[in-house]
Amino acid sequence: MTLVMVLVAGVLSSCGTYLLLGRQLSRVVIGIGMLGHAVNILLVLSGGDGGRPPFDGDDPAGFADPLPHAFVLTSIVISFGVISFLLALAYRSWQVTGNDEVEDDVEDRRVATHGQGGAE
Amino acid sequence: MIVALLGLHVVVGAATLAFSRRLGRLGLVLGAVPMVAVVAWLLSAAGGVLDGRPVVGTLEWVPSLGLSLDVRVDAFTFLMLLIVSGTGTLVVAYAWSYFGRGPEAGRVAGLLTMFAGAMVGVVVADNLLFLYVCWELTSITSYLLIGIDDQKAEARAAATHALVVTAMGGLVMLAGLILLGQQAGTYSLSGLLSSPPSGTVTSVALVLILVGAFTKSAQYPFHSWLPGAMVAPTPISAYLHSAAMVKAGVYLVARLAPAFADTGMWRPLVVSVGLTTMIAGGLRAFRPFDLKQILAFGTISQLGFMMVLLGIGRPETTAAGCALLLAHALFKAALFMVVGVVDHQIHSRDIRELPQLGSGWTSIKVAAVVGAASMAAVPPLAGFISKEMAYGSLVDGTGGDRLVLVGIVVGSILTAAYSIRVAVALVGPAAVRTEEPAPLVAPSPAVAFVAPPVLLTAATVVLGTVPLVWSGLIDSASGALNQWSPTHGPHVHLALWHGVGPALVLSIVTLAMGSTVFALRRPFARWQAALAPRTTGAEVYDGVVARVLSGAGRITAVVQSGSLPVYVAVILATAAAAPTVALVTGGWWSGWPDAYGRIGQLPVAALMVVAAVAATLATRRFVAAVLLGTVGYGMAIFFVIQGAPDLALTQFSVETLSVVVFLLVLRKLPDRFEKPAPAMGQPLRIVVSLAAGAFVVVMALAASGARTAAPVSQEMVEQAYPKGYGHNIVNVILVDIRGIDTLGEITVLATAAIGIAALARSSAKPRRSGVEHHRREVGG
Repeated sequence: MTLVMVLVAGVLSSCGTYLLLGRQLSRVVIGIGMLGHAVNILLVLSGGDGGRPPFDGDDPAGFADPLPHAFVLTSIVISFGVISFLLALAYRSWQVTGNDEVEDDVEDRRVATHGQGGAE
Repeated sequence: MIVALLGLHVVVGAATLAFSRRLGRLGLVLGAVPMVAVVAWLLSAAGGVLDGRPVVGTLEWVPSLGLSLDVRVDAFTFLMLLIVSGTGTLVVAYAWSYFGRGPEAGRVAGLLTMFAGAMVGVVVADNLLFLYVCWELTSITSYLLIGIDDQKAEARAAATHALVVTAMGGLVMLAGLILLGQQAGTYSLSGLLSSPPSGTVTSVALVLILVGAFTKSAQYPFHSWLPGAMVAPTPISAYLHSAAMVKAGVYLVARLAPAFADTGMWRPLVVSVGLTTMIAGGLRAFRPFDLKQILAFGTISQLGFMMVLLGIGRPETTAAGCALLLAHALFKAALFMVVGVVDHQIHSRDIRELPQLGSGWTSIKVAAVVGAASMAAVPPLAGFISKEMAYGSLVDGTGGDRLVLVGIVVGSILTAAYSIRVAVALVGPAAVRTEEPAPLVAPSPAVAFVAPPVLLTAATVVLGTVPLVWSGLIDSASGALNQWSPTHGPHVHLALWHGVGPALVLSIVTLAMGSTVFALRRPFARWQAALAPRTTGAEVYDGVVARVLSGAGRITAVVQSGSLPVYVAVILATAAAAPTVALVTGGWWSGWPDAYGRIGQLPVAALMVVAAVAATLATRRFVAAVLLGTVGYGMAIFFVIQGAPDLALTQFSVETLSVVVFLLVLRKLPDRFEKPAPAMGQPLRIVVSLAAGAFVVVMALAASGARTAAPVSQEMVEQAYPKGYGHNIVNVILVDIRGIDTLGEITVLATAAIGIAALARSSAKPRRSGVEHHRREVGG
């Protein structure tokens, strides 16, 4: 672990969370991307301070830990899948409603406004 | 044997229910079998049990939970069983005529049998948890019985009312039972009573248990379900509210009182609640004109009386309580049945319009007068003997006892007065009538219909005139309750004549005052109408229910806001706060890590932070997407620095691809972000975001010092070439060691790809969805 990269992960998580709490789907997508990056930093850091690329034939003592690399590789690819899917949703949302806003559930709002007087 | 009898109730009850339509009222015959069997067993076991040799049995149920079907029949349980099953048999016989060939007879029979089984379970159980299960079963079966006429909204509401109150009390009681069981280290009732625990926890447990007993036995302020339950057909009322259900609470109090009466709040609580109930119920019995309602409030009042006597926990009062239990079951069941007969024949039980009952009704009138007289404690009837015992047990006591005695005398005066009211309404209705009745054209009831109340009345007379018959039973029963207390108390002898003493004087005063109150009923009614609280218990209950529902509506409105960002904020705030608090309060700190590792980290870190903040603040979609791409390229450089070329390659290509996809979509969307109404306030949004970042930092710092074992990847490095035939160790891990995971990953990507294709290729305008179509149809 190094303090500077831990702080970068913290900043990315904060920014990602902030974007995630918004209403525009395209911003949510960007937020999810940032959260993915933050997690990947932590995964790589969990393998120690890094080293030479882990290729067989070199001296294993100087290797970076390969296992977190494998995890991160999976994570990058899955994040890409998620982001692409969400972008497709944003596109569809634009097609249907003309924007990419994450709207409130109409049914739940109805319960909230009508439910105040007790049982129906 | 007892376990088998319990099983018989369940089997017969279920069978009768299953074939209720086909059986009709034959179901009543079938349903009576288990009750008769219990009575027969009681007679066969009477010798030993009454001599102080309890019958015990057990059947393992869930041993790991300490839950077993322990049963124990001592003399007090014997008395209860006699009441439950003896009255039950007569009630079923009575129901035969009451329901006639009506369609509900079969169902009533099955449910009554089930209920009787649950009730038998309550009184024979020697395990607290088993007792609780049976206790709740009586609540559920009584719910079904009260609501038997399920076409009537009134019946359904009354049944729900009873269930809500008694089941909620039952849950409170369960908490108390568990506390008590944990405190004592045993869930065995007899074990608990032989070495009772003490201390604060025990006191709290007892109060919780008492709440359960009070709700079940309709004590103030939980009484309001009982008058409502009178919508049930009379046989059900006669059984549930004279002999069975409502006595469960009294039973539990009687069981626990000798061991726990001196612990904590027990005695003041039971006595004050019981006396309040006795007097308030007695007063309330003057106001209704419906005979069943009068009897219902009378029952509440009498239950308060029993609560006081059996809750004090001293041998003399306990014996009086036992006598009252039996006497009350006899006269109250008889009175309910009498009212049921009148209601069934004349179709009215309103004392303002009852006609004079003529010839052919003699036996009913006798039963009414004797039952009411026993309730009012007129000698020589069973009720008189029990009440005189109660007076006698309190007369010689301390100042506190005197106070209780005064309360009981006041309650008994009211009891005498409303008893006279009931008797007069049935025998000489002209005295209480306010409207001209329809001429009596209804036929007098058949002999079979009248037989059960007459039998009960006969028993009241026999027990009253020949007290020797039940003297031994009451002595054994109260002896069984006091089995483990240090002072067993003297043996009890029931007698009609105790000589001239304070008790006799009080009995005479009670009857005289009771008659006076009845004679002065008109001013008394005016006075009561002026003073009585306007709000009835049922209205309080309705108010509470309405508040709970509207409160639930309000909470739902807040919790289920329908806003995705709000949900996400709640989840993330919890996910950030809970582990952070746990980490910071635990021994998490292991010192600062290095400020930076490889020198290249510094410019990369600066690039990523600037790009991330800029992407967050960007107002244009295109700019934000490119800045996210910048962060991604920063990640790739970071991977290179850390010695992970595979990751760097992947990140570069994926990031490039992502930007392309972004641009494809952003081509369609407007360039600038719109400003829709925010889902939450800006400060909250920032706080949650900062909390998430802080959590990540704290968690990473804690993790940095947490490694204790050597990395598992060492072996992977060693085996990568010999076993996996690959020089690139990361590749070997992905395709060999974690091959199945990689397959899963490919599947996820394929699924996403299919979804994306479906979303992107579907036609521009959506077809009208099914929901909208439906809404249009109903005009919503």
